[in-house]
Amino acid sequence: MKIRTFGRHIRESLKSLVRNGWMTFASVSAVTVTLLLVGVFFVILMNLNEMANSLEKDVQIKVFAETTATEEQLDSLESQLKSIREVESVNFSSKDNELKALAESMGEDGKVFVELFQESNPLSDVFIVKAKDPLDTMKVAKKIENFDYVEDVRYGKGVVEKLFNVLEVSRNVGIVLIAGLFFTATFLISNTIKITIVARRREIEIMRLVGATNGFIRWPFFLEGIWLGILGSIIPIVLITTVYDEFYNTLAPKLESSFIQILETTPFDYQVGGLLLLLGCLIGAWGSLMSVRKFLKV
Amino acid sequence: MMIIMKDVYKKYPNGVVAANGIDVQIDQGEFVYVVGSSGAGKSTFIKMMYREEKPTKGTIIVNGIDITKLKNRKVPIFRRSIGVVFQDFKLLPKLTVYENVAFALEVIEESPRTIKRKVMEVLDLVNLKHKARMFPGELSGGEQQRVSIARSIVNNPMVVIADEPTGNLDPESTKGIIEIFEEINSRGTTIIMATHNKEIVNTRKHRVIAIEDGMIVRDEQRGDYGYEN
Repeated sequence: MKIRTFGRHIRESLKSLVRNGWMTFASVSAVTVTLLLVGVFFVILMNLNEMANSLEKDVQIKVFAETTATEEQLDSLESQLKSIREVESVNFSSKDNELKALAESMGEDGKVFVELFQESNPLSDVFIVKAKDPLDTMKVAKKIENFDYVEDVRYGKGVVEKLFNVLEVSRNVGIVLIAGLFFTATFLISNTIKITIVARRREIEIMRLVGATNGFIRWPFFLEGIWLGILGSIIPIVLITTVYDEFYNTLAPKLESSFIQILETTPFDYQVGGLLLLLGCLIGAWGSLMSVRKFLKV
Repeated sequence: MMIIMKDVYKKYPNGVVAANGIDVQIDQGEFVYVVGSSGAGKSTFIKMMYREEKPTKGTIIVNGIDITKLKNRKVPIFRRSIGVVFQDFKLLPKLTVYENVAFALEVIEESPRTIKRKVMEVLDLVNLKHKARMFPGELSGGEQQRVSIARSIVNNPMVVIADEPTGNLDPESTKGIIEIFEEINSRGTTIIMATHNKEIVNTRKHRVIAIEDGMIVRDEQRGDYGYEN
């Protein structure tokens, strides 16, 4: 396409935006609302995902050996653990070690504790087992429970599963809601374009008569849809990135010490912005194509 | 450019048969009146020539190409070889006379220089150069139709098809329009004109094709209108 022609298409499409006034406003608002929700859901989901990932890394199985187990028996247990296919690593932590860790977690009172139990440590030797895939944790733990010399098996039962459930549910709710809004927005855009087409039916008729190509006739309408989408994405992008920055700046320092992490603003803001802009264009293009196909028999 | 229709039938979805076995040949450079009462099938006959309507059966060959088999996306290029004029002018009221004519070239992506030259040429031909900056609403019906004719020929088509171009005009304007068509015809362009104007057909003699009930009932060189209306 010639640059001059493209310039003409852009002029024509912008003219229609102004001429359609209220319909432009309505469809831009619909895109805005849709993208705001999409954006908020996206931010929440991505952060839940990040949290799940960081939690996953911490999921480990603690295998408590029987206190009566001998060195040899412990060795055989260790090699048994290592032979499980899904297991990534097995670390040994002696009962003394465990006592020290326990004491440390109790602070000042811990010292008394250590002295008290120095001679007859009631704790068990522990193997710390990590599964290759955190989702296999439960399966591995079940297997270990049946091994000899095992007193008890503990792992972050349910935490990961719960988080995944939350993720799953919110994702499904989000998708349904967004799909509904998506259709409303496309519908409104296709209506706006329809009005443009009706307002210009004489022009279109003449264009067809004198041999303008179908592409030439369609382009301005297509562009109009894209403008509507882009205009609709401005407010969501600005609002969501600003609010997220604010949110991150207040929350991140507080979370520093915990194992939960939220996504850093720098690449994330651009990702959100890019996604929303792309979605805006998609909604606009789709809406306009629907109406062009329906009302412009070219 | 020769136009040939072979055994053409056209039945609309509502059951109306507008063409019922039409065979005709129109040679390059001819001037043809298409006459017949309202609803006889004149418009359909004409519309099928520039592929606004497709026949249900039969072939229509324009310039060696069977346009009934023409792919949709190739229709625009085909249309550029045919100019069309209507009873209601079909001008864009918000554009000036000049812009209305230029529009036809802009949308087929002609260069600005070519557009300017060609538009001024045809406005000169239809005697409206001095009104180039006026809007259609400021012109008489005859003048508006001349703008419409200028637009139809600005791309140098081989054929100009007119569907009752003088239907809304007074006798004086009608005469002017016919003179312009004859001028265009004298330069080698085929003119096909559907009309109800008995006087014009009888005084300015050309080939007459009469259509009734979707059939050609008469086809005479230098014919008469032949109806008492």
